[in-house]
Amino acid sequence: MSYAVGDRVRARAGDPDHHTRLPRYVRGQAGQVVALLGDWALPDASAAGVTRKETCYAVRFAAADLFGSGDHSVTVDLWESYLDRA
Amino acid sequence: MTAHNHAHDGEDHHDLPAAARVRRLEERLIAAGLASDEEIDAYLARLYTSATPVNGARMAARAWTDPGYRELLINDGNAAAAQFGFGELGYRLRIVENTPETHNVIVCTLCSCYPVSLLGPSPGWYKSFAYRSRTVREPLSVLAEFGVALPEDVRISVWDSTSEARYMVLPARPAGTDGMTAAKLAELVTLNGLIGTALV
Repeated sequence: MSYAVGDRVRARAGDPDHHTRLPRYVRGQAGQVVALLGDWALPDASAAGVTRKETCYAVRFAAADLFGSGDHSVTVDLWESYLDRA
Repeated sequence: MTAHNHAHDGEDHHDLPAAARVRRLEERLIAAGLASDEEIDAYLARLYTSATPVNGARMAARAWTDPGYRELLINDGNAAAAQFGFGELGYRLRIVENTPETHNVIVCTLCSCYPVSLLGPSPGWYKSFAYRSRTVREPLSVLAEFGVALPEDVRISVWDSTSEARYMVLPARPAGTDGMTAAKLAELVTLNGLIGTALV
């Protein structure tokens, strides 16, 4: 599965028992892909000694969705396996 | 390595577990003959003398005076940095431009990612837990503490540097600077302006 700019995606909700760079504050939340950032080693795999490249996406979330208030947006860079289609 | 990690205001990084790990790693590298103390010092000195916010400031000022360069900077930050001698950054450089509608601010909630080559060593506050946790949640309050007051209709866009991309803000060119050269304009650009915690 790969995504395009404009797609709605949801960050995975689980709490993995290994290293990850999926910040807790966006887990389970839906946002919109605003840019493709190229293929980079997935930190979760790198931490286990395996180099596995995946596409990385800049995903924009509404602060009101994340925190219940705020007019701003927060854009977080997320690897493909952190995401599902929303 | 001795001098480079002393001067942060805010928290004392010496006592952090990461600092102890870095010292241990350096000792292992030296013991294994992979690097000498002098080589590590020289590397750090090179990084910390060539890495300064003057680099980012010059790129911003060029973008203000050269529309073609502005296009390049926004569309391909790495190619734009290469024109200033930074062809091998090792990360994807993304420039986010302040406009009359949007003010950008960068943060790294997971650690302290930031384009060191172009901005110089990151300020202590950039690495503080307070800045990292509060900027995504209440950027308006954080900006107010930096003395930044935005018009009510300006939306704040926060960029959390969680991946191998590094962000730099292109501030809006200040009013009343018509006719200034890029060199003069670069002197107006501050490190905080390039992070988004100042207007310029």
